[in-house]
Amino acid sequence: MLRIENVNTHYGQIQALHDISLEVKQGEIVTLIGANGAGKTTLMMTICGDPQATSGTIEFDGEVISGLDTPSVMRKGLAIVPEGRRVFSGMTVEENLFMGSYFRSKAEAQETVKHVLELFPRLEERFDQRAGTMSGGEQQMLAIGRAMMSKPRMILLDEPSLGLAPIIIQQIFDIIEKLRDEGVTIFLVEQNANQALRIADRGYVLENGRVVLEDTGDALLVNDDVRKAYLGG
Amino acid sequence: MTNKFYNALFASGIAFILTCLMVGIKLDTEGTQLAIKGASAEQWTWIGLGIALVFLSQLFSDKIDAIFSKVPKPKLSNMLPKEQKMATLKPWLLALLIVGMLVWPFMVSRGSVDLATLALIYIMLGLGLNIVVGLAGLLDLGFVAFYAVGAYTYALLSQYFGMSFWACLPISAGLAALFGFILGFPVLRLRGDYLAIVTLGFGEIIRILLNNWTAVTGGPNGISGIDKPTLFGLEFSRRAKEEDTVLFHEFFGIDYSSSYKVIFLYLIAVILTIFVVYVINRLMRMPVGRAWEALREDEIACRSLGLNRTVIKLSAFTLGATTAGFAGAFFAARQGFISPESFIFIESAIILAIVVLGGMGSQVGVILAAIIMTILPELAREFSEYRMLLFGFLMVIMMRWRPQGLVPMKRPHLELNR
Ligand SMILES: Nc1ncnc2c1ncn2[C@@H]1O[C@H](COP(=O)(O)OP(=O)(O)OP(=O)(O)O)[C@@H](O)[C@H]1O
Ligand SMILES: [Mg+2]
Repeated sequence: MLRIENVNTHYGQIQALHDISLEVKQGEIVTLIGANGAGKTTLMMTICGDPQATSGTIEFDGEVISGLDTPSVMRKGLAIVPEGRRVFSGMTVEENLFMGSYFRSKAEAQETVKHVLELFPRLEERFDQRAGTMSGGEQQMLAIGRAMMSKPRMILLDEPSLGLAPIIIQQIFDIIEKLRDEGVTIFLVEQNANQALRIADRGYVLENGRVVLEDTGDALLVNDDVRKAYLGG
Repeated sequence: MTNKFYNALFASGIAFILTCLMVGIKLDTEGTQLAIKGASAEQWTWIGLGIALVFLSQLFSDKIDAIFSKVPKPKLSNMLPKEQKMATLKPWLLALLIVGMLVWPFMVSRGSVDLATLALIYIMLGLGLNIVVGLAGLLDLGFVAFYAVGAYTYALLSQYFGMSFWACLPISAGLAALFGFILGFPVLRLRGDYLAIVTLGFGEIIRILLNNWTAVTGGPNGISGIDKPTLFGLEFSRRAKEEDTVLFHEFFGIDYSSSYKVIFLYLIAVILTIFVVYVINRLMRMPVGRAWEALREDEIACRSLGLNRTVIKLSAFTLGATTAGFAGAFFAARQGFISPESFIFIESAIILAIVVLGGMGSQVGVILAAIIMTILPELAREFSEYRMLLFGFLMVIMMRWRPQGLVPMKRPHLELNR
C-alpha cells in the first residue's frame, strides 16, 4: 500500500535519511523503531511531503506521492497523528474532531464521529471540554480520533505512547489493533519497542537515517541486537 | 518586603528620569541659539508629587490590588438570561435592536446621528480586522491601507467617470480584496513580528503613494466634492447640479432639510453594517471560520489534516481587506472629501485597539469597543489634548480588569445529533 524506495532527505546540508526503502502492505501494522534522532519523524514527515525527499520515490496505493505538496498528500486517504499530539488546545473536543473531517460532508462526518466516540468513550464524556485542559492520554486519544475523522485507509502514528502511563499506553495499543482489524493499515513509529513489536506484523529498525534491520515483529522481539539496543538486554 | 522596596525605588527612578526629560527640561530658542531651561518651582513640586505617588503605589501594590479586587466586576454572563431562554429571546432582541437602530435617528440631533454613522464605520473596520487578527491570528498593522484603497476607488471612479456610489461599492470592496490578495501572497510566509512590520510598511506605502501621485489622487489636497449616495436616483442636495436630477425633497414634496441626508447616510451605514455582521457571522460558523482559528492554534496540526495554510491565511486576509474596502467606499461617500491624512498609521492603531479591547475574535465585543472608541473621544472633546492619555489610560484599565477584552470570544456552538 505504501512503498518507499531509495529515499534520501536533507535538512539543508545535513542528510537525515540515507537510501531508505520500505513497504507497508494493506491491512498490516508495520512499526519503525530507532533511537532518538535516528530519523523516524523525518521519515514520517517526508511521506507527508514536508520536507520533500531529495531523491527516491514514495508510492501510496500505486500512485507516486513524492513531489506533491502536503495538503494534496493528506487528501489521498492518508492521515498522520503527528509527534506530540498537537491538538487545538483552545477548541473543544468536538471542534477538534470536526477539523479532521474538514473535506468531508457533514453527514459523512456525523457518521464517523459516532464510530470514533464508540472507540474512545472517554472523548464522549469530554465532548465539550477544551482540548488543552485534558490529560495527555486523553489528548492522544483525541489526536488519533481526529486523524480517523477523515476516514483514512492508512494512518501514520508518530510515537503515540509519548509521555503516557503504561496502562494508557496499553489502551492506545489496543485501539491501534482494533483499527487494523477494521481494515486500516498502520505505520507506527515507536520508542516503546517492546509493545510496538508485539502488535506489529513487521518491523524496521532505523539507525542514523539508515534501515539496518527488517523482519517480522516476533523475530525482531527475540533478535539479540534489537534486544540489546532497544529492549534493555 | 525588601524586594517590593527595590521595585518601588526602581519604578520611581524611571518615572523621575522620564519626567525630567519630558517635563523638567525645556529647549527654548533665544535669538539664534538654543537655551536649556529648567522647569519652574511649581512644576518641580508636581513632578515630585507624581514620583512619590509612583513610589507609594508600587510599594503598596498588594494592598491596592486587594482593595480593587473587592470592587465588584460586572459579570456579563449573570446579567444575560439563561442559555435556552436566550435562544428563544434572541431573534426578538435582534429585531428590536434593528428596529431601534432604524427609528432612533429621527428622534435625536443631527450631531449624534453623524457620530453614530462614524461608529458604524469603525464597527465595520473592527469586524474586518477581527477576522485577520482575532481569528486567524495574523498581526496586521497596515489595515488602514485597504480602507484607503476602498475610499480612493470610489472617490476616483466618481470623479473621473461619474460612477454612482452603489455601483462603486462592490468595485471598491473587490479592489481592496485584490490588494489584500496580492499583498497576502508574498507576505503570509512571514510570521508574527515580521508580518506586522511588513504590513506596517505596506500601510505607509499606500499612504505615501496617495500623497505623491498628485496627477491622479490630488496628493495632499485630496479629492473633494465626492458624490453622496442617492436613493434610487434621488439626490439629497438642496439644488440639483444638473437639469435632469430629481431631488429627494421635491419628489416627496417636502421642505428641504439637511438632516435627511445625514439620516439617509446613517441608514445606509446601518444596512451595510448589518450585512457585514451577517456575512462574517456566517463565515465564522462555516468550516473556514474554524480553520482560521485552528491555524492560529497549531499550524503543523492543520497541515497534518490536509488544510492548505496559504489558502486559509489568504482567505482571512482577503476577507478582512474586502470589509475595509467596503467601509472605505462608504467613508468617502459620507465625508465627501478624502485625503491621505485620513489614512495614517494611528487609524490602524485605533482599529487594532478596537479589536483588542473588544476581545479578540468576539463580534459583540468588537462592536461594543468600536462604539466606545468613537463616542468616548467625542464626549471628552474639551480635553482633546489629553485624548491620547485617555486612550492609554483606558488600555491600562482594560489590561487590569478584563485582559481578555470586553466580551471574550465564545465560539459559536453547534449541537449535533448524536
Ligand atoms: N527541521 C530540522 N532542521 C534540521 N535538522 C533537523 C530538523 N528536524 C530534524 N532534524 C535532524 O534530523 C535528525 C533526525 O531527527 P528526527 O526528528 O527524525 O528523529 P527521531 O528519530 O524522530 O527522534 P525522536 O525519537 O527523538 O523523535 C536529527 O539529527 C535532527 O537533529
Ligand atoms: Mg521523532
